[in-house]
Formats: sequence, C-alpha cells, structure tokens
Amino acid sequence: MKALRNFMNKIEPSFRPGGKLAKLESVYDGMETFLFTPNATSRSGVHIHDGNDLKRTMITVVAALVPALLFGMYNIGYQHYLAIGQAHIGWFTMFLYGLLALLPVIVVSYGVGLGIEFISAQIHHKEIQEGFLVTGILIPLIVPINTPLWMTAVATAFAVIFAKEIFGGTGMNIFNVALITRAFLFFAYPSRMSGDEAFVKIDSALGMGSGKVVDTFTGATPLGQVATSVGDPSMTNIVGEPISCLDAFIGFIPGSPGETSMIAILIGAAILLLTGIASWRIMCSVFVGGLGMAALAHALPSATYPASLLDPWTQLCLGGFAFGAVFMATDPVTGARTKTGQYIYGLLIGVFAILIRVYNSGYPEGMMLAILLMNAFAPLIDHCVVSSNIKRRARRAAAKVKED
Amino acid sequence: MLSKKNKEALFNPLSKDNPVLVQILGICSALAVTASLEPAIVMGISVICVLAFSNVIISFLRKTIPTNIRIIVQLVVVAALVIIVQQVLIAYNYDVSKQLSVFIGLIITNCILMGRLEAFAMHNSPWPSFLDGIGNGLGYTIVLVIVAFFRELLGSGTLFGFHVIPQWCYDHGYENNGLMILAPMALITVGCIIWVHRSRNKELQEN
Repeated sequence: MKALRNFMNKIEPSFRPGGKLAKLESVYDGMETFLFTPNATSRSGVHIHDGNDLKRTMITVVAALVPALLFGMYNIGYQHYLAIGQAHIGWFTMFLYGLLALLPVIVVSYGVGLGIEFISAQIHHKEIQEGFLVTGILIPLIVPINTPLWMTAVATAFAVIFAKEIFGGTGMNIFNVALITRAFLFFAYPSRMSGDEAFVKIDSALGMGSGKVVDTFTGATPLGQVATSVGDPSMTNIVGEPISCLDAFIGFIPGSPGETSMIAILIGAAILLLTGIASWRIMCSVFVGGLGMAALAHALPSATYPASLLDPWTQLCLGGFAFGAVFMATDPVTGARTKTGQYIYGLLIGVFAILIRVYNSGYPEGMMLAILLMNAFAPLIDHCVVSSNIKRRARRAAAKVKED
Repeated sequence: MLSKKNKEALFNPLSKDNPVLVQILGICSALAVTASLEPAIVMGISVICVLAFSNVIISFLRKTIPTNIRIIVQLVVVAALVIIVQQVLIAYNYDVSKQLSVFIGLIITNCILMGRLEAFAMHNSPWPSFLDGIGNGLGYTIVLVIVAFFRELLGSGTLFGFHVIPQWCYDHGYENNGLMILAPMALITVGCIIWVHRSRNKELQEN
C-alpha cells in the first residue's frame, strides 16, 4: 500500500498545471480518491463530520443491487434452458450462461457511460464524478436481454449526454439517467423492447448453451400475456405451463434481468433502508399508491382492460413495479426532497404506473413512464410544499403578533 | 442595389441573426414538418415567398396603416398570401400539400412573419424589406433542411425518399431509429444545431 502511495506521489507533479499530462488532471484525481481516502477538509462554514461520501453512497446502492443482479443472471439461464427444453440442467450452468449473456451488456454500459464522463470531465477540467457507478449497473438490469449491444451503447450515450451532462453532470439531472436509456430504446426501437422476442435469450451466449427451441415456446412476459388476453387473464411461463403469483414473487418469469424477482429486490430494499440511503417515504408510498390503484381497478373490472382483472398483489409482483419503486423512484437526485413532497411523489408514481398498465392498451407496463413523468413534477411538488410551509408559518407568526 | 445595409438585411439572418437559431422563432413548424426532406423544403420555400411578399406589401402600406389596427392589416395581408401559396401547392404538388396539412395554413401564425413585419417592414422601404424577407426565409429554410436531413437519414434511412443506408447494414443488425420520426427528437436536433452554432459564434453566447 505504501509503495502505491509513493508511486502516486511521484507521478502527481506531471498531472498538475504545468506538468506534461496536465490535461488528464481529473483522471489522476479520480484514481487517487478511488484508491485512498481523500485528505482534504473544508475550511469554512458548518459541517457534519461523517465518513459517508458520494462514493460510499453509490457503492451501497450497487451492493443492494447485487441480489437482483445475481438472480437476474440465474433467471436468464433458467429461461434459456427452459426454452430449449433442458430445464433439468444444473443451476450453476444456468447461472454461468446468464453471466456470459449479461456481462457484455454491463461492459458496454460502463464503457460507454464512463468514457463519456471521463471525456466530459477532461474538457471542463472538473473532477470525475461517481454518479455513473449506479447508472451503469442499472442499465443492464432494466434493458431486455435480447437488445443488441450497439443499441444499448447508443441509448447509454444519448442518456448520459442529453439527460445528464448538458444539465451539469452528476447531481444536476432532472430525469433518471438509466430510465432515459430505457425510454430511448423503448421509443427508438419498439420492436426490440416488447413482444415475444425481447425478454428470453434463445441463441447461445459466447458459445455456450446452444440448442433448439421447444415447440410450445412463447416469449411473452406475464404482463404482455395479460394485456392481450381475452376474458380471464391466465398467465403461463414460456413453455405454456400455468404460473402463479408465487412464481412471480420468487422471480421465475421472463422479464428484464433485474426486475423479475420480488425477493431479491426486497433484500436490496432492506439494505437501502437499513443504511438510510433511500427514502422509506418514497418507497412505501409507491407501493401504497400502486396497491390502492390496483385495488380500485380490481374493484371495477372490465373486459376491455384485461389487466384490471388481476388481483392487486399480483399487480405489484409483476413487471418492473417493485424494481422501479425500490431503485428508481428513490433516486435522491431526481425525486422529491421535502418530506411531504416525498409522500405525494411516491403515491403518484404508484398510481400512474398501474393506471398506465391497466387503462392504456398500448403499454403493458407503466413504471418507466410513471417515474419519468413524476421526475418532471418533483421540483414543482417541492416548490408547493415549501411555499405552503412558508405561508403557514407566516400566518402563525402573524397570529402570534396579534395575541401579543 | 446591394448597399452595405441591404447586404446585412439579406445575409445576417442566415447565421448571425438566424430567426430559428438565435431568435428561437418558428420552432413549432420546425418540429412538425421536418420528419423528411421534401416537405421541409416545400415548407421553407412557402415561407420565403410569403415572408418576402408580405414584407414588400406592408412596406408599401407602412405610411397609410393606422398604428392601432396595424396587426390586423398585417394579418390580412399574410393570410391572403398564405391562401395563394396553399392553393398553388394543392394544384401542383398535391401529395406534399397533404403531408404538410394544416402547417401551410399555420404560416399565418408563424412568429417569424409577424416579427419581421413589425420589426423591419414597418420602418423600411420595399426593396430592403424584400431582401430582409428573403434572408429570414432562407435562414429558416436552412435550419429546416438540416433538421430534416438528420431526421430522415436516421429515422427512415432515406433521403428524399431514396434509400441511402445500404441493405448490408440492415443485414448486420442496423435498425432505423423510430424516435427520430417523433417530435421530441426534432427539438433535440434543433438544440444540437443551436449548441454547435453558439460554440462557433462566441459573441452569441449568453452568460
């Protein structure tokens, strides 16, 4: 460790202004703070002394995502081997297949996103921010596994440049960057983002797991099946066997890699809540809003909108609802910041997600659009909460003056 | 004929004083008609004609128009010219006029027109007003064509309806970007052009 410190000290002058590599100063700073705890302290103002910084916050979120990531890899393999009729194969083979399938997406997502952040930091002579650490792992988890890598690369570049850098980089973005990536793919290449061929990887991953698809195969997700069903919405897995709410809860259903398993997501939610990283107000109110809207839709069932026949708990287990509620809606940058505002913000996300899912036949899933919509309204909600608070206190002060 | 002032009236709107890029006028139609090149160019030519001739007519009338009702007079002149352009289009280029639908009629409400009539034609003689109309119309058309070029190329893989992206690319997994056809991407494309334009013209940058 000491040798590394000495080495970093030795090469430091060439990165400082006047040195040979002065243009890459922020790369040096980024590496140094990555390897060692920064030694700089603030000299003015009042500060709370806390070891928590942006890097630690980000790493905690990444750790919370690990259960969903690992289960996602396993599920990719499980769905694949189910589709080619080899469901008896061992869990490790399935996991390995999923790992090989998902790894290129992770590499592309981090490579493109961090590349743009590095270049941007060099151009503006700013520090490299760690904001992309979480976004880079969220993108592979919410993009369907069959999306071509170049599409993911284009969408990531678009999102990082237009949703983040032009607003001023990490901490300044209005919309959740990972969701913008998904929204870009969703509107630019709609055929790749929904339907039968998006969510189950059939061909081999880096040479592993080739085989012929069984005849009964259908790649539609449960929500996709419900949206097109007539009468009673019965859900089946990809080879036509019926599935229950419990399967969706554990996660053995086709879907984007990270979103299928409610259990893995709840483990992540527990980590986020115990460490105090995510706002429990947002998380809980999203679930309450979704449950309420789903119950309302279920109380007024209609054959025109087959998703209204699903019972509320199944609604919450399916699709990206839980993943969005735990990891997307709670993004501290794009969400509401006042306490009352967080309740309203979360509640409306839940309501809109189910509203879009049930009553808009064009979109079987509404979580992405609901969160992006409320991202746009979060500053307004905060503004209303703050100004109503100011008014209330002004009234109270005026009343007190009158009493005296 | 082309004194220094007239030259400025003609050439400034092309870049330094571009109605779309600098004054941010006429954005709605720039979003609506730029999904492909042909309607964009037809729209541009229509705006050039209407703008140039309404500038000339208002410039002739500028001393007789009572100030109180000048907007109404301007609107009547513009509306008359727009209807002429619309009828000509229906007669000679029916398909494109179908594509442009209401947007030819909406030239009346294009901010560039009212802006130039108020700011230039009401104070200048007919010849400079004519040049100003041509210049501003051209400035608008240039932006429209650039936006439409990228939107048609990336959104449909065509230019003027001809396939320019080779089949080889599609065979290897390339796909047209459906988002380029939708209006939000036109806004982002205009934003990118403004970005490039301002970074090349430092004097236009605000703090």
